[in-house]
Amino acid sequence: MSACCHCTHDNWPELERGYRAMLPEPILAFIDENRQRERNESMLIATLHMVQAHFGHLGPGHLEAVAQLMQIPLAKVTGVATFYHYFRLQPRGKYLINVCLGTACYVKGAEKIAQKLTDELGIRFGETSKDGVFSLESTRCVGTCGLAPVVMIGDEVHGPLTPSQVPALLESYLARAAEDLVGESAANR
Amino acid sequence: MSQMINLKIDGEPILVPAGTTVMDAAEKIGIHIPRLCYHPDLSLEGNCRVCIVQVEGFDHCLASCATTAWDGMEVQTNSPVIRQARRDIVELLLDNHPKDCQTCDRDGNCELQNLAYRMGVRERHFEGKRKQFPIDDAGAAVVRNAEKCILCGRCIRVCGEVQGVFNLSQHGRGFTTVVGPANLAPMDESACIQCGQCVSVCPTAAFLEQDHTERVWEALGHPRTEKHVVVTTAPAIRAALGEAFGLPMGTPVTGKMVTALRRMGFDAIFDVNFSADLTIMEEAHELLKRLEGDGPLPLLTSCSPGWVSFLEKFYPEMIPLMSSCKSPMQMQSTLIKTYYAEQKGMNPKDIYVVSVMPCVAKKFEAARPEHTLDGVPTTDAVITTRELAQMIKSYGIDFTRLPDSDFDHPLGTSSGAGDIFGATGGVMEAALRTAAFKLTGKNLGNLELTEVRGVTGEIRETSVSLGGKTLNVAVANGLQNAKILLDAVKRGEKEYHLIEIMACPGGCICGGGQPYPPIGTYTMNHDLAKARAKALYSIDSAKTLRCSHDNPDIQKLYADFLGEPLSHKAHELLHTHYTARTPRGIR
Repeated sequence: MSACCHCTHDNWPELERGYRAMLPEPILAFIDENRQRERNESMLIATLHMVQAHFGHLGPGHLEAVAQLMQIPLAKVTGVATFYHYFRLQPRGKYLINVCLGTACYVKGAEKIAQKLTDELGIRFGETSKDGVFSLESTRCVGTCGLAPVVMIGDEVHGPLTPSQVPALLESYLARAAEDLVGESAANR
Repeated sequence: MSQMINLKIDGEPILVPAGTTVMDAAEKIGIHIPRLCYHPDLSLEGNCRVCIVQVEGFDHCLASCATTAWDGMEVQTNSPVIRQARRDIVELLLDNHPKDCQTCDRDGNCELQNLAYRMGVRERHFEGKRKQFPIDDAGAAVVRNAEKCILCGRCIRVCGEVQGVFNLSQHGRGFTTVVGPANLAPMDESACIQCGQCVSVCPTAAFLEQDHTERVWEALGHPRTEKHVVVTTAPAIRAALGEAFGLPMGTPVTGKMVTALRRMGFDAIFDVNFSADLTIMEEAHELLKRLEGDGPLPLLTSCSPGWVSFLEKFYPEMIPLMSSCKSPMQMQSTLIKTYYAEQKGMNPKDIYVVSVMPCVAKKFEAARPEHTLDGVPTTDAVITTRELAQMIKSYGIDFTRLPDSDFDHPLGTSSGAGDIFGATGGVMEAALRTAAFKLTGKNLGNLELTEVRGVTGEIRETSVSLGGKTLNVAVANGLQNAKILLDAVKRGEKEYHLIEIMACPGGCICGGGQPYPPIGTYTMNHDLAKARAKALYSIDSAKTLRCSHDNPDIQKLYADFLGEPLSHKAHELLHTHYTARTPRGIR
């Protein structure tokens, strides 16, 4: 290989610099330390937890950086990230919508509420709406079965809800998000 | 001798070596347990549960592929419970599968379809929600259709274990589980190297090659005054095409293939073997030049487009070692649109070049921007052996009864060295035949280098003495093996002068575009690889012309057109360059 040392084809140093720039120092140190050990790949989930704790979600760039720096095939990394419910692949929206799918809410038609929400927002569970305002998730009982079916938006509980009430409810939060935006820009001025 | 154990299968006592699986033990007494995710050359997954059996003392069924037999074991392969359970499993797989067998590419050689028939499934019980995924058919070579996928995981295993690419993985969970590249990116934007082994091992039509048959029919339909349609066939086609028409594995069908192509209306039928000879002329001279100190060693062969992509994505720092020779297909196409066009007095734009390849990655190679002449691709269409067989059948040609005929000139004559290009070790052997002559002035002993011949999944190496020089050479097929070899070179453990790498296990003869073996035989099967390789070696040994440098048409090409090997013109037309590509693969 000595005759090859003058070559300029090796893109690794440049790629590595880019990937290292995407992750904070403690995570890089964790990855580097694990690379020295056997079964480095068994630390993948732990690493993804750290990345999500830092960024709030796992973006495509983060996943690629983890894959390349840990030298674990990217398909495996995205396979793991999409398998576990805990991992979020998009940033969380301003308001987290938690649809209760506990027994009482379910019996009282939570599924219809859930369907209406996915239709209205155009997203599936675990996703964030394009405008970044809502993230949609489900939960098992929030302890307000008397109000079933309920939906929590942020820390506010709404119930009993019917599917037809969903659009107006989302509208009120959109209005609030818009007001906040106006307030923020005024404060910045 | 290993310890033997006694067990009973369906009441019949049988003695097998310890460690034998129940599936293999049953095979020994002539019972072929139905199976789906199983592949003999891949790791055991045991996820489809089709091969379940009942074992005395167990109240649940066991997967026979993943259960090692034990002494005193009593197995039932066809009890009413098993028959029902197995059928239920197949029915449930079908319930989540499109009902479009008649219009499916795999109709007739689909393992799921065959299994359903064998299990006696004659109706569907459940109508309900079925998984729906978009088809990724934007790639130049590989089409992924997740709706047909039954999650057996063979593609994931072959991509990782055999090819070392690890481009595929299951994504999501439960009902929405889907197999695909990272982030379910389009194939051409993933780490995929387009070898097509996923297509070969897929039991259904979840992976297919990008279809080029329609564009070939269209070209053939043009008035001849407008389009001159030329076809050119790779070495490995003649060794496998017959299988698609029921001929025994490894029946050489060169003459029938040429006749069939002529009947289909191609204006000229050329042999890529001619350009295999040409590749050897260029590559052997490149090797000699590097041996003289002009350029780095080892020289890596560059015929296999899957391997080329692999190098660019996984080992870009080793690009300078790669031979700059275009693949035989690209040399041939380039010559058709220059040398041949000139002889015919034709505008290259009026010539349509169809390449028949055992390879899926060749479709990607043909689409590379560097393989163009005045902005037009040098190769217009690439059809696999499978696609050619389909076209012949579609035309209605009774292939097995065809008489033999010969390739056209001037790009149809080849030496035996060109013929063996299709088998692992063949390029090496062919190159050494010519390098030996150039170094010593005489031909290599009996010309055969059996040390580098082999079958699937091996790395072979040998040393050859030529004119006072000892050349260390190595051959790898299957890119996982290539990794092992390249890593040894990188670490400085091995010093080679020439390394031949073919992406597919066994070489082109077991390429991703070769006919699906009959159900019950698997791709990468050693007997299949051996039979196909034997066909090529028999063609070689039956020829009097066995060295590329002795091919009179090659000599004429240099005299009339190219000058000499590695001349300026040869460089311009027959050589290429490589670029580091992303996404970078993980090795």
